[in-house]
Amino acid sequence: MSDIADRVKKIVVEHLSVEEDKVTENASFIDDLGADSLDTVELVMAFEEEFGIEIPDDAAETIQTFGDAVKFIKEAS
Amino acid sequence: MTDLTGKCALVTGASGGIGADIARQLHAAGATVGLSGTRVEPLEALAAELGGRAHVLPCNLSDAEAVEALPKQAIAAMGSVDILVNNAGITRDNLFMRMSDEEWASVLEVNLTSTMRLCRGVLRGMMKARWGRIVNISSVVGATGNPGQGNYAASKAGMVGMSKSLAYEVASRGITVNAVAPGFIETAMTDKLTDEQKTKILAQIPAGRMGTPGEIAAAVVYLASPEAGYVTGTTLHVNGGMAML
Repeated sequence: MSDIADRVKKIVVEHLSVEEDKVTENASFIDDLGADSLDTVELVMAFEEEFGIEIPDDAAETIQTFGDAVKFIKEAS
Repeated sequence: MTDLTGKCALVTGASGGIGADIARQLHAAGATVGLSGTRVEPLEALAAELGGRAHVLPCNLSDAEAVEALPKQAIAAMGSVDILVNNAGITRDNLFMRMSDEEWASVLEVNLTSTMRLCRGVLRGMMKARWGRIVNISSVVGATGNPGQGNYAASKAGMVGMSKSLAYEVASRGITVNAVAPGFIETAMTDKLTDEQKTKILAQIPAGRMGTPGEIAAAVVYLASPEAGYVTGTTLHVNGGMAML
């Protein structure tokens, strides 16, 4: 697993207090990992800080799963 | 006694009577204060009076870009914004039939829209800290209405609805959002009233007197305190019984 995916996973695990093995490629933050809408905003904030990138609101809306997040961040950073 | 040591508070309208007392009392409770307002001189005089832990942050709230920048400036000066007091407000009174779009828009812009922008600007830090206090200064006329103040009353009622909605969203993050609704308070704004107007107003106030800025500040300090952590989405009316809501 790439370094970026590891770092994203760490944030998700810490923030949503979920088991690491639940955070799979297609795991939806809201449907599978118990996030509420405010959690998803906070996750995006945390990704922005960890990777020093800006994630615009319209892009943030497309980040639904762990895989989406890793893909977006790889392209952005 | 409320202890706000280590907390940083941004107060808008700190050049006015109520805002200055809010800043004084937050400061007296131990907070570092960011004093915002349009007029620099009174802000600097207040900062000098307070001594340490006071930062002057001038801002024209009708300038959207300046408003967006204010939370960042406050964080740069103080390290964080743990407490936000949206106290600044303007009036442009006119009878409804004579009210211009400009009179309406300018009051809504400064009183309501800038409050929204400042709340939005400080939330990120509060969410991360899992602690925050937002106190929006509304007005009794937001609840009761007042002839000649359609714009002002709308902006002040709007602050209440906005505060409640935001309170819902961020309650689980340790952030409270409340409003304080002053009645008639001895300030430059009420000094402009004629004696006849004042007599009429006093007849409506069971306490038989106007309130003082310090009495509003005390309500703000309470809502900003750690002890008020379970109070959110409420409006604290401080009006001498003028309207019991």
